[in-house]
Amino acid sequence: MDAVLLSRLQFAVAVFFHFIFVPLTLGLSLVLAWMETRYVLSGDEAWKKQVKFWGKLFIINFTLGVVTGITLEFQFGTNWSRYSAYVGDIFGSLLAIEATVAFFLESTFLAVWHFGWNRVGKKLHLASIWLVAIAGNISALWIILANGFMQHPVGYAVNATAGRAELTSFFDVLTNGYAWGMYAHTVLGAWALGGFFVLGVSAWHLLRRSHTEFFRRSFRMVTPWTLVLTLLLALAGDIQGKNVAHYQPAKLAALESHWETGRNVPFYLLALPDEEGEGNMVEALGIPGLLSWISYGDAAAEVKGLKDIPKNDRPPVLPTFLSFRAMVALGGLFVLLTLWAAFQLRKDTPCPLLLKAMVWNIPLPYIALMLGWAVAEIGRQPWIVYGLMRTSDAVSPVPAPTVAMSLGAFIAIYSLLGILDIYLLRKYAIQGPEAREV
Amino acid sequence: MLETIWFILWAVLWGMFFILDGFDLGVGTLLPVLAKNEDERRIMYNVAGPFWDGNEVWLIAAGGVTFAAFPKAYAVMFSALYVPLLLLLFTLIFRAVSFEFRNKVAHASWRVLWDSIHFFSNIAASVLLGVAFANLFMGIPVDAQGVYHGNLLSLLNPYGLAGGVFFLCMFILHGALWLAIKSRDDLQTRAVATAFFIWPVMLVLLLAFLVLTAMHTNLFANYLAMPALFILPILALAGLILVRIMLREGRLWAAWGSSALFIFSVTFFGVAGMFPGMIISSLDPAATGTAFNGASSPLTLKIMLGVALVMVPIVLAYQCWTYHVFSAPVTREDLEDDHAY
Repeated sequence: MDAVLLSRLQFAVAVFFHFIFVPLTLGLSLVLAWMETRYVLSGDEAWKKQVKFWGKLFIINFTLGVVTGITLEFQFGTNWSRYSAYVGDIFGSLLAIEATVAFFLESTFLAVWHFGWNRVGKKLHLASIWLVAIAGNISALWIILANGFMQHPVGYAVNATAGRAELTSFFDVLTNGYAWGMYAHTVLGAWALGGFFVLGVSAWHLLRRSHTEFFRRSFRMVTPWTLVLTLLLALAGDIQGKNVAHYQPAKLAALESHWETGRNVPFYLLALPDEEGEGNMVEALGIPGLLSWISYGDAAAEVKGLKDIPKNDRPPVLPTFLSFRAMVALGGLFVLLTLWAAFQLRKDTPCPLLLKAMVWNIPLPYIALMLGWAVAEIGRQPWIVYGLMRTSDAVSPVPAPTVAMSLGAFIAIYSLLGILDIYLLRKYAIQGPEAREV
Repeated sequence: MLETIWFILWAVLWGMFFILDGFDLGVGTLLPVLAKNEDERRIMYNVAGPFWDGNEVWLIAAGGVTFAAFPKAYAVMFSALYVPLLLLLFTLIFRAVSFEFRNKVAHASWRVLWDSIHFFSNIAASVLLGVAFANLFMGIPVDAQGVYHGNLLSLLNPYGLAGGVFFLCMFILHGALWLAIKSRDDLQTRAVATAFFIWPVMLVLLLAFLVLTAMHTNLFANYLAMPALFILPILALAGLILVRIMLREGRLWAAWGSSALFIFSVTFFGVAGMFPGMIISSLDPAATGTAFNGASSPLTLKIMLGVALVMVPIVLAYQCWTYHVFSAPVTREDLEDDHAY
């Protein structure tokens, strides 16, 4: 394997692992902020107990999110130095702003919140968790503005003498519609994941009738929130799909495995791409005009097929296609699950089947988010910056064996951390609200 | 002009990182030496408890600013220092999770495991930072294409190793002073004694490092060209001497502040000697990445300067406030709190 592929694998490992922790941080911080608001407004100790229990899980998750995020910022330099030198003028500033505007705020006030129960007043304590939640979500915005530049570069000009892209309009970079579409889709997904996490853990306890009063409260609190989010998530996904169709026709064609340019393109419920043969091995149950309609809001619209995109500009079709299909299917499942939960809200205890489904569902939003990123990033290939710079031109002049070694280290260390994280989250989730740290 | 301002800001961010995370690293390194029982070990984790995360963000800010203001220097620096940088990041990962995980399972061997990991990751991170910066001061074998012609061992040259020992000692002193501020009773006594004990070692190391710097690097060329810069090594020495005076008077915060001045001046001493070089090539002077040939466009530098001038004071203000909130020493009663590490 060459340094490009190894570096891509390493980045994939690092970013996917980081993204196990990020969405729960984004989602659960808002849930915690809302719970603590209820506590401060009502003075009801039951809400404080909620904050303490979910807060413990939040902290375990947060630490891993922090440490795995640091390696990402530096990997642009270690593994993608040519990329960094070429677009650092734009991309680097977004990362630097993320740290100074958001990440300091998040880390500092997390400590105030975590250690400050007896040291700062109730209102200041409440303000701290809101600052953590807001800063985390702002942090995500800057990161996605940076990623949005890679997907749909704007506000730059290539300076041929300096041999790099330079910023021409910061305003254009900040108002990049593609990036905002990604941001909406990503944070809504993260918030929904936070909701499903609370639903899943609560359901586990409700099934065992442990701390029923406590977990009924958390289950009922997040059900409407998660329902609204899953619906908004679908809407944001649709908007983002249209962005992709508009700005990244190759990605759209790959994620739909659509080969022949044409109008009135049907959507096949069943399809399986055949990259060698430039077509689909299986193509059945077509709904006429649907692909044109979901891509452009017009059933007669023309959709460019992969055959009209030069072979060396095409992303890998199969992984993009499968990731996209699986993500959409999971999104549909989430809507059904939360609708089901919402209809049971009037009951004292939701039916066991729903509770079981919620427990089994815990990993699925994580998988859905990963698949979403796989679509975004694999679908962008062979470009590191869409239409501007190829991934193969972006890699550092570091020898492949060195990268292979570091990739091995990443896999080993991250697997260990992943196992520890799951073990500890499970342990504290199962212990329930009465447990004290030892 | 913009480039020079950014070069100074770049040094400020690294200096802040060393001052703030330096004491966490020092306390972690002292863990097996100073803590005699479980309570004391926990106190040592908790004196850094509410701070280490916010402190580490200064590293991210320093890295981010290198990327934003000097993308070319960032690209060459971090790809050339590939192995030591990733090692540093791995040690910081283990340092962080050892805080979080150690007290999560009530089992003696689990704690021993995380205590060992905590100790080794702190000591390794301190040494790696020193080795990396000493090599940056001296220059590393990179060519004009940014390709690094060396390996990890070529960084472990005498001057690089001296830098590693120097940083380790600097952080141990800084950490001992922080522990003295934030603890009571026996642990505090031991922390103060450690500071007294390590101080002469630090003084010898500082003088030796200045001599070695004159022998192995070109840093003093800038000083000879602009003698006013000699204020920096003098400030470093003054800071270190003040540490001793304040310790003697029992003014622990002032001693810690003097140590901070010492660390900050040492950082500036090195970086001022490098100016305008950021990634000095030991192969070919023309291949050196400087603040001028590696900087971002004026527009980016201006926007980022606006962001930095607004945000850094705000960050400093709220971080100072949290230091104030958590300034009380950690006692055995504090360990009863179910949020303590």
